[in-house]
Amino acid sequence: MKSKFSRKSFLKTGLFSGATALLGSLITGTPFSRSQQHSNDKKTADPPNEKKPHGGMSTVGLVDHKRNGFNPHEMLTDWDTGEVSQLPNGQTLREYEFVAIDKEIEIAPGVFFPAWTYNGRVPGPTIRCMEGDRIRIHFINAGSHPHTIHFHGIHSAEMDGVPGTGPGMIEPAESFTYEFDAKPFGCHLYHCHSSPLKRHIHKGLYGAFIVDPDPARHAEHSDIARSRLLGSEENESWQEFLIVMNGFDTNFDNDNEIYAANTVAFAYQNEPIRIDRERPVRIYLINTTEFDPINSFHLHANFFDFYDHGTTLTPTREMIDTVMMCQAQRGILEFTFEDFEPGKFMFHAHQSEFAELGWMSFFDLVNNREVSV
Amino acid sequence: MSKWSMQKLPKWIWIVIPVALLLGSIALFLATNPLKPLGVVAPPIEEVTVERTILDEEGIHLTVRVNGSEPVRIAQVLVDDAYWQFTQKPEGPLTRLSSAKIDIPYPWVQHELHEITIITSTGMTFSHTIEVAEPTPEWSIQRIAAYILLGIYIGVIPVALGLLFYPYLRTLGSTGINFLLTLTIGLLFYLLIDTLQEGFEMSQQVAGVFNGNLLVWVTAGVAFLIIFALGRRGGKAPEGLSLSTYLALGIGFHNLGEGLAVGAAMASGEAALGSFLVVGFTLHNLTEGIGIAAPLLNRKTKFRTFVFLTLLAGLPAAFGTLIGAFAYSPHWTAVLLAIGAGAILQVIVEVGTYLYKNTETKSWFTVSNLTGFVLGIAIMYGTALLVAI
Ligand SMILES: [Cu+2]
Repeated sequence: MKSKFSRKSFLKTGLFSGATALLGSLITGTPFSRSQQHSNDKKTADPPNEKKPHGGMSTVGLVDHKRNGFNPHEMLTDWDTGEVSQLPNGQTLREYEFVAIDKEIEIAPGVFFPAWTYNGRVPGPTIRCMEGDRIRIHFINAGSHPHTIHFHGIHSAEMDGVPGTGPGMIEPAESFTYEFDAKPFGCHLYHCHSSPLKRHIHKGLYGAFIVDPDPARHAEHSDIARSRLLGSEENESWQEFLIVMNGFDTNFDNDNEIYAANTVAFAYQNEPIRIDRERPVRIYLINTTEFDPINSFHLHANFFDFYDHGTTLTPTREMIDTVMMCQAQRGILEFTFEDFEPGKFMFHAHQSEFAELGWMSFFDLVNNREVSV
Repeated sequence: MSKWSMQKLPKWIWIVIPVALLLGSIALFLATNPLKPLGVVAPPIEEVTVERTILDEEGIHLTVRVNGSEPVRIAQVLVDDAYWQFTQKPEGPLTRLSSAKIDIPYPWVQHELHEITIITSTGMTFSHTIEVAEPTPEWSIQRIAAYILLGIYIGVIPVALGLLFYPYLRTLGSTGINFLLTLTIGLLFYLLIDTLQEGFEMSQQVAGVFNGNLLVWVTAGVAFLIIFALGRRGGKAPEGLSLSTYLALGIGFHNLGEGLAVGAAMASGEAALGSFLVVGFTLHNLTEGIGIAAPLLNRKTKFRTFVFLTLLAGLPAAFGTLIGAFAYSPHWTAVLLAIGAGAILQVIVEVGTYLYKNTETKSWFTVSNLTGFVLGIAIMYGTALLVAI
């Protein structure tokens, strides 16, 4: 909306003190200049709600996770290891069924977004497997537009899930089976690669594809590899979380109105992630934010080691508290709050704009017995 | 049905039947959805307009009006690109044309710009800019007095000063008077365009459903016709004092609009520094007084008539500053400006008629007249430059 008072430009430049000066001599007390004085003394209005949490910076109300059919708190840890069987050659086969569905989801209290989803959720299922496993994805397009699944990883051209090679775009009501070996190990993602690309991605067709290292193949760091391998004894002591940084353009102006960790604005601010202060934390972090070239993750009061793309077993950057990621960039963060007092510790995008538009969160550091998960 | 039996029916049946058929056809339309084959699934068109903004120590308070084929739900409110807590009264979805108050406990910063974005449940966004944040004035006798005085300063005083030219103007011959009248038409022509333009600018902020531009055109047209008819109810065009009265009335409406803008701008802190501008404003409005005096030059006029004309033309500015400061709403402002435009148009027509009748050759398209007209516009334009920096 335009300024209310473009009526005469003189209004913008002058009348106030002019009137003040002239009227001041006519009226005792000069209300105009007095009000000016009064408010100059104050500079800013009092923060009116100091006692409210976060100074009022938040959404109002609650998202109905049941109606959405997914919950960002469960998404932190709901690894999908697929339907597991052995191939004749001894290789582990993991089978998944992905269905593209048009679905309206609630991304902030009362704000609904006409999303395109894999299996009705944004982000889609978190594929978790081990390096060298055979991955087989039965993809059914039940949506209203042609879609694909493009996996970041190493595979044949046929399985790339892009227009122009292999089956190309899968039309509505059609299906295709993607199949490849899981490599390299790391923290990857998958997403639709139909054109127009921006729209297919920001509508919600993406998810995590995590390949745990095979300890047998990494003799020099086999302990570290085992600590990452889901189901191993060494892995159990870790508190692992998936965080997909994403955004939503609700009014289709190619700019996000909502930024989030795992889709729902302020989900982990309104309900902090509880962590046990005695066990190390590992975060699989993926950036799928559309329209902005980068997103970032900043941890308060602590530092972490970072493994770019998760494709190494030694940190690519050590002792940092902020990491910047391009779109589709991802990594693994490792840190511990071992010697800390219990309390709430923030983490958020260090683009203040993103933080204030929803990507703002807390860890709630508690003693072991209090962690229910 | 024979002619005979039709005559037997009571007359009112011929109101009932078409109305009943109309209602029936509407019901049929809604029930059968004949638009379906067109493949039209009308998405809910939403519109949220901020009609009033109040800033105080509690934060930001908005009055919004909504428009939509379905009730609009305000889901979230952003201030300066940050989600912020808010309360809505009344709560819940807002039906077409209803309005609500939004209270946002936001620590706004004096003298700075704030951008407010309202997000509806469908993700549509509507933004409203507070150009310069200033605390909204509260009612107090001193403050009211100050606003009235400001209105008097920009409205009454310049008109009175303009009328002070009267004794000198009387010394002019009939050519001089004619010249002055064409000058007045020039001034009025400028005011007409200016007032209409302000009306249209105001209508940009009016909720779309009110159809702002159309509202301005129609109101101006109707106002013109009504005032024109009033002026000619005696069967002839107004002259002398009555013409001057209409002039003062038209200019009064214009000054009301000016007062509204000044008051609203002052209240919202948009009027910045520079006292010379008030002087410029006085000069600009001085010419209005001269115009009002023009039809009175060849007759005797009492002092109290001048007082009356001055108040009629100038005092509305004082009402304007008050309304603008304390009870601002864009659609009423647009309506008032449109009435002003209609009133000014009436005076242009009447002054033109008067001029035509008093011109011996009955040819009023003379070099002298044209010069007066152009000069009138030029004076207004020139003095407007003084206040437009
Ligand atoms: Cu797609």
